[in-house]
Amino acid sequence: MAIKTDAVGKSWPSTTYQVGREKIKEYATVLGIENPVHFDVGAAREAGFRDVVAPPMFAVVYAMPSLAPAMFDPEVGINFAQLVHGGQTFEWDEPACSGDVITTTATCTSIEEKLGNGFYVFETTSVNGDGAEVVRGTWTNIVRGV
Amino acid sequence: MADSKAGDAVPELRVTPDKYLPYRYAGASGDFNPIHLDAEFAKSVGLPSNILHGLYSMGLVAKAAAQGLAGGDPRALKKLTVQFRGMGLPEQEIVVSGSVKEVEGDRVTVDLEAKQGDTRIIRNAQAELEL
Repeated sequence: MAIKTDAVGKSWPSTTYQVGREKIKEYATVLGIENPVHFDVGAAREAGFRDVVAPPMFAVVYAMPSLAPAMFDPEVGINFAQLVHGGQTFEWDEPACSGDVITTTATCTSIEEKLGNGFYVFETTSVNGDGAEVVRGTWTNIVRGV
Repeated sequence: MADSKAGDAVPELRVTPDKYLPYRYAGASGDFNPIHLDAEFAKSVGLPSNILHGLYSMGLVAKAAAQGLAGGDPRALKKLTVQFRGMGLPEQEIVVSGSVKEVEGDRVTVDLEAKQGDTRIIRNAQAELEL
């Protein structure tokens, strides 16, 4: 069966996420990241940040909700039972700090069949309240046996 | 002030996620996919058991790069790209290792991987840092 590619180029409504100190602390604790700039506002400001700063991979917390409508869109047609995360790229720019309101937009950039598996690639772009780009993500999802 | 040079090893990061780590990571990240939390469900879709979140393992790779080369400075990591392959499992030690590929001015490119035993759970990882 040929894979559906109608959704290539499609974007979905943006999601917004307000970064908060306690959520940064929770994420850093799970990853065992101990730098006080993630826990203590004084340490963060001393290091030149506006407020407690998120570790780079905290990007998953504020960017991933933008992908939910894309993943469930019947036009994309992902079979969740056979879905695995194949690859991931993040490119960071402005750091994300507590208080930032980050808006993320997801776009489907490619759908391809390779060796019987479906490769669904989405790009997310996250910007803060000043309009500065915070992170760009490339999410490769593989559906086994399309 | 990049004083790294090509071929330098990234200090190894060793972490053994406990049985309940996937629940804490799900709470912290918002990713509650049952393949990470429910062994029975995971088996029903052909997995060996509930598996670690790939983005958790990627988080450890990011930590290894930032801690090992930039003293944990969250501004240093500019780009990280990974491929997820073998399944990561709770209660098995993860070893993240890597080496500096090239240095251009302040920009350092690092190759990394994450393994559990002989299984590479993250391969072809490449990080770019500004030091």
